[in-house]
Amino acid sequence: MPDQVLFAIEVTLNGLMAGVLYALVALGFVLIFKASGVFNYAQGVMALFAALTLVGIMEGQVPFGHLINVMFGTEIHGFGWEVPALAAIFLTMVVMVFFAWAVNRVVLRHLVNQAPIILFMATIGLAYFLEGVGDLMWGSDIRTLDVGLPQGINEWIDGVTYRALGYGFFIDNLDLVATVIAALLVTGLVLFSQYTKQGRALRAVADDHQAALSVGISLNFIWVLVWSIAGFVALVAGIMWGAKSGVQFSLSLIALKALPVLMLGGFTSIPGAIIGGLIIGVGEKLFEFLAGPALGGATENWFAYVLALLFLVFRPQGLFGEKIIERV
Amino acid sequence: MLYREAGDFKTTYAEDGQTFPIRLDRLGYYAILAVAVLVVPFVINDYWVNAVFLPFLIYAIAAIGLNILVGYCGQLSLGTGGFMAVGAYACYKLMTSFPEVNILFHIILSGGVTAVVGVLFGLPSLRIKGFYLAVATLAAQFFLVWLFNRVPWFYNYSASGQISAPERTLLGVNITGPSTSAWATYLFCLFFLIASAWIARNLTRGAVGRRWMAIRDMDIAAEIIGVNPLRAKLSAFAVSSFFVGISGALFFSVYLGAVEVGEAFGINKSFLVLFMVIIGGLGSIFGSFAGAAFLVLLPVLLKNVLAGGLGWPTDVVAHLELIIVGGLIVGFLILEPHGLAQLWRVTKEKLRLWPFPH
Repeated sequence: MPDQVLFAIEVTLNGLMAGVLYALVALGFVLIFKASGVFNYAQGVMALFAALTLVGIMEGQVPFGHLINVMFGTEIHGFGWEVPALAAIFLTMVVMVFFAWAVNRVVLRHLVNQAPIILFMATIGLAYFLEGVGDLMWGSDIRTLDVGLPQGINEWIDGVTYRALGYGFFIDNLDLVATVIAALLVTGLVLFSQYTKQGRALRAVADDHQAALSVGISLNFIWVLVWSIAGFVALVAGIMWGAKSGVQFSLSLIALKALPVLMLGGFTSIPGAIIGGLIIGVGEKLFEFLAGPALGGATENWFAYVLALLFLVFRPQGLFGEKIIERV
Repeated sequence: MLYREAGDFKTTYAEDGQTFPIRLDRLGYYAILAVAVLVVPFVINDYWVNAVFLPFLIYAIAAIGLNILVGYCGQLSLGTGGFMAVGAYACYKLMTSFPEVNILFHIILSGGVTAVVGVLFGLPSLRIKGFYLAVATLAAQFFLVWLFNRVPWFYNYSASGQISAPERTLLGVNITGPSTSAWATYLFCLFFLIASAWIARNLTRGAVGRRWMAIRDMDIAAEIIGVNPLRAKLSAFAVSSFFVGISGALFFSVYLGAVEVGEAFGINKSFLVLFMVIIGGLGSIFGSFAGAAFLVLLPVLLKNVLAGGLGWPTDVVAHLELIIVGGLIVGFLILEPHGLAQLWRVTKEKLRLWPFPH
């Protein structure tokens, strides 16, 4: 096979892996949007916050240490212990559940029945707030996150493809792990929403708030649940991206990467989020590979959006979105 | 009497439809205009102009522009930063290509260029609505910023990739460039703000504005009563982008002097202007002013109190600022989703009845 084709295949494979990570973030959006009609812009910052918290707990850092030092002139930096990864993940999850509860208690309950744009704005405010809190709690330095995931080139795939095709594919172990975890996560979510009582309640709320209320489903509980699940998804996404490129502010920008995925797949569809993510991942990597050099590079910044935009002109509700029915 | 319509008889339709129906309001408006034009230029210095007045004036223009699109026509846009960049780069190209033409025309022309670009990116709004449209406008944001970053023609092949404004004068006074005086830049921006507000106010209360509002309230119903959605939406995009482009041009040429596009016109700028519109009040010209003033003054105030007053390190202050701004936005939306303009409206209603509210 000619080299160009092999390169293209490798790029496509890597694009698929990147797409999985995009899909992971988009999933958090879809979950919340379906259940509460809130377009949660803070999802990306939630991933950042979760990753920061995880690193902070693992390293035994004192929350708000810097602020306390500034206010009281003390010199505290850490507790002096290290927490194993699994325990830290559990503790982070507790923090995310608390966050979900607080968001519902303080923000969403007061905004019931407001226009969607108001809710959207509120989540942008929330994103700023959470970003500030995260920085203040754990500091704003770039951190490395190591929860023991394998990294680097996968030798096996490299070897096999080299023997078969004469060219070894470069595939990152981390991407492979991310793909497996994402698949597990999605399967888990589907099983949860299909076969458990809470999952059924969740789908009922997604379908119709009032009808769900009238058969005795607690909206408050479901919303906390959904935000907690979204927090969990954010944590997983945060771990993956954090392990890949360090825990830093730019992690929160993956939310912006997830938006075109949502547009493509439709705001209300979990399979849509995944397929949209894959399309975007492959599309932008291939486009950068084929047309990037001619256009001056860094087309990844906008290609996803333009692709989604063109797509929407022909199908305004996305690939799998609910058909938009308008009445006067 | 104080703040009453009593004794204020209207004998013509023009009088009946005026912006400030109450005499005290009218007098207050003239007084503010007089102070802004006749008093402020003589007392301000460089610090005040650069920290407060210029950002306020320029952001107010951008907020008016965005308010037309979001507040009056109901089309949510997150591409403001990109459109400001169009204004800035159009202004730069015009300034360097036609140095003999007056800067005043350059800025107005860059507004025109931005309007054309705005219409182009507004085309999808005919098919896409709501959040889908908001995300679609992000395409404009990212694409435009990338374009200005990567195509050297836009920054005249300069090595740094930055654009910097050459020195230009108006009536013999330096407006752009390194040696400007505070009062001149202030008056120049003030002129554009007053003109923008005046045009926007008169557009929004006329037939055009009513068409926009009909589209905002219910687009299908508007179509049935004979509003052409194509023309209404695209005209909203055009007018809105025109103002945003002017503010971008001013932001670059008068305020900053030199910009790097990703830094000055990134996605954060889009959100900042959107926050101004939301906090100020959707669908209100006054709200655009109030929101811009609020979000320009707040960081200055916080910085002075926390970093200057308490002596805290600046990174802590920056984080606290994020928390406070975010918290305020959420708080505002919970307590008064219609923004500062609504608070002002309620206050005025109360004042009219005061001291006998029944």
